[in-house]
Amino acid sequence: MVSVFVFCEFQHGQLKKGALELLGAASQSGRHVVSVVLGPEAPTVAFQTFHYGAQKALVCDSKDLALYNSEIYANLLSLIISEHKPELVLASSSVLARDLFPRVAARTDSAYTSDCTELNLKDGGLHVRRPLYSGKCSASVNFKNCTTKLVLMKQNQLPIFAADVTKTGEIVTIKVPSSDLKTLVKKVVMGTSEKLDLTEANIIVSGGRGLKEPGNFSLLEALADTLGASVGASRAVVDAGWVPHGMQVGQTGKTVNPSLYIAVGISGAIQHMAGIMSSKVIVAINKDPEAPIFQKATFGIVGDLFEVVPLLTAEFKRTLS
Amino acid sequence: MKIFVCVKQVPDTESKIRLKSDSSGIDETGIKWVLNPYDEFGLEEALKLKESLPGSSVTVLSLGPKKRVVDAIRTALAMGADDGILIDAPEFIDGYLTAKALAKVIAAEGPFDLIFTGKLAIDSNNSFVSQAIAEALSIPHATVVSKLVHEGTSATVERETEGGTREVIQLKGPCLIGANKGLNTPRYANLPGIIKAKKKPVKEISLSELELEVEAQRVSFSSFLLPAEKATTKILQGDMNTQVAELVQLLKNESKVL
Ligand SMILES: Cc1cc2nc3c(=O)[nH]c(=O)nc-3n(C[C@H](O)[C@H](O)[C@@H](O)COP(=O)(O)OP(=O)(O)OC[C@H]3O[C@@H](n4cnc5c(N)ncnc54)[C@H](O)[C@@H]3O)c2cc1C
Ligand SMILES: Cc1cc2nc3c(=O)[nH]c(=O)nc-3n(C[C@H](O)[C@H](O)[C@H](O)COP(=O)(O)OP(=O)(O)OC[C@H]3O[C@@H](n4cnc5c(N)ncnc54)[C@H](O)[C@@H]3O)c2cc1C
Repeated sequence: MVSVFVFCEFQHGQLKKGALELLGAASQSGRHVVSVVLGPEAPTVAFQTFHYGAQKALVCDSKDLALYNSEIYANLLSLIISEHKPELVLASSSVLARDLFPRVAARTDSAYTSDCTELNLKDGGLHVRRPLYSGKCSASVNFKNCTTKLVLMKQNQLPIFAADVTKTGEIVTIKVPSSDLKTLVKKVVMGTSEKLDLTEANIIVSGGRGLKEPGNFSLLEALADTLGASVGASRAVVDAGWVPHGMQVGQTGKTVNPSLYIAVGISGAIQHMAGIMSSKVIVAINKDPEAPIFQKATFGIVGDLFEVVPLLTAEFKRTLS
Repeated sequence: MKIFVCVKQVPDTESKIRLKSDSSGIDETGIKWVLNPYDEFGLEEALKLKESLPGSSVTVLSLGPKKRVVDAIRTALAMGADDGILIDAPEFIDGYLTAKALAKVIAAEGPFDLIFTGKLAIDSNNSFVSQAIAEALSIPHATVVSKLVHEGTSATVERETEGGTREVIQLKGPCLIGANKGLNTPRYANLPGIIKAKKKPVKEISLSELELEVEAQRVSFSSFLLPAEKATTKILQGDMNTQVAELVQLLKNESKVL
């Protein structure tokens, strides 16, 4: 049977949301689903992939994989692909996969596309679409001259199906090939925030220059905490040094795809909008009724954010408790 | 040091994207072409290294239709690069072939120390070409790099990953760096630079001279679509308490995003 490989990222022993979405899509396709689980804790995580539809898991828990090293990961994944020649490998369009998969594609002569927003695997077919020009248009992707297609999907585009904990599958253990490395990972400094990365977040509260000064981001933190949201920012406040660059949303920041994006004191410049156009719902809070963000938002409140945000936080608290 | 910088020409973000009447692609009339912003960070870093190490050289490479890509190369030369190589290619070439062509040209130019690219091109957001060049040349790479120290034959970089996590990585020997914002502040081309650029050499190479065929591509696009028009914005009315309460109800019961 034709197989789909799903590259499953995980954190703290749990599959990431993107992996759950991809396992769902793969298992609905009627193909043989093989999960690829690499890193410490991989064997336990492999069982989770069975609950979400994988029939077989290729597993490697070598301590060489504890930190992401592009060379070690590329050697291992290329080996897997050369040996099994799957028709399709799915992964989330994460920072890790976007660094790794191009190298693997080049080595294994595979086709590669990232950031896809639509995936249809019905009737043995493969139909994917991706946005182009910051979401100003989109197109179908056609593949040729290759055995394997590597398709990286944006998160939050596919449904997650319920786990079936009675399901199990076959585990195949693989080894890291030995090689002389030119890449050495010297240090990893973990982010201070416990919140989900913006690219994974389901709800985002973002602030702009309307907040007046860095200390006022605490207003957004409070709003975000009640919603379990992550906090983002416009480039204006990143450039002003109020918040780190990792929080910047937009063309030269992160492209996000949450269900809900709340923009507070952000004018809605085209470069900011480029990063948020695939949000399901956009809420704008701005005191200027002419702010461009009101052209693109789903809901808008014209008002002073210093009045609106605390009221909103209180109202969410009341309704969600 | 011998440094290569790959620069892609992309539509300016402000450009309006229109489709051809048969939806087979975009209509390129009226598009303003600029250097990919991330490539400017790579170029700036190359120029700074050259300034700190006498005897170094910076060569820029760009692939695309000659009539427009020549401007990207001239801009880079005006900023301070020494010479340029233009690979003349049709309007649409996929990343696979692009990387092959760039790598072939770099390999033919002889030994080098560093290659800079951007972390991604803002038209496609693909982030493919950098790593594929590194693979073709069998050298290590790092992308999303916001800090670089080059000493002897090794480069130590800092890259930002997810959730604010930062990695410090050492790459041995010649390597490729995919630049991110934060690496530096790119300079502007000044008038003397622009005048000097006119005299700097630009070599032209065709895909056929590189023995590459357009037919070998892995990816093509079809059925272009503009995004569906969003329903018009609902601006809430009434006193602020009413507006806030209505918003929360709409998010919960109508949009169901809570
Ligand atoms: C809107 C759009 C979407 C595309 N999507 C895909 C896709 O999904 N899959 C696919 O295989 N191809 C895709 N392509 C085709 C192909 O990627 C580009 O045409 C090709 O130039 C490679 O650039 P990139 O956009 O992938 O660059 P990226 O891989 O994002 O660019 C990374 C870096 O590589 C360097 N670089 C890239 N292209 C050039 C160049 N022409 N000259 C010099 N340096 C360069 C730059 O330094 C750049 O910062 C797309 C092209 C366009 C215009
Ligand atoms: C090449 C390039 C790349 C760029 N990339 C990005 C990017 O990735 N991300 C990005 O965000 N920008 C980017 N920009 C910058 C972008 O063009 C804008 O300058 C930026 O987004 C503006 O940030 P802002 O909305 O916070 O600030 P402003 O434009 O100053 O807007 C502040 C808003 O706050 C409102 N306001 C003020 N006080 C209050 C109050 N008390 N209550 C409510 N509202 C209030 C104002 O009415 C105004 O609309 C880029 C620009 C360029 C040229």
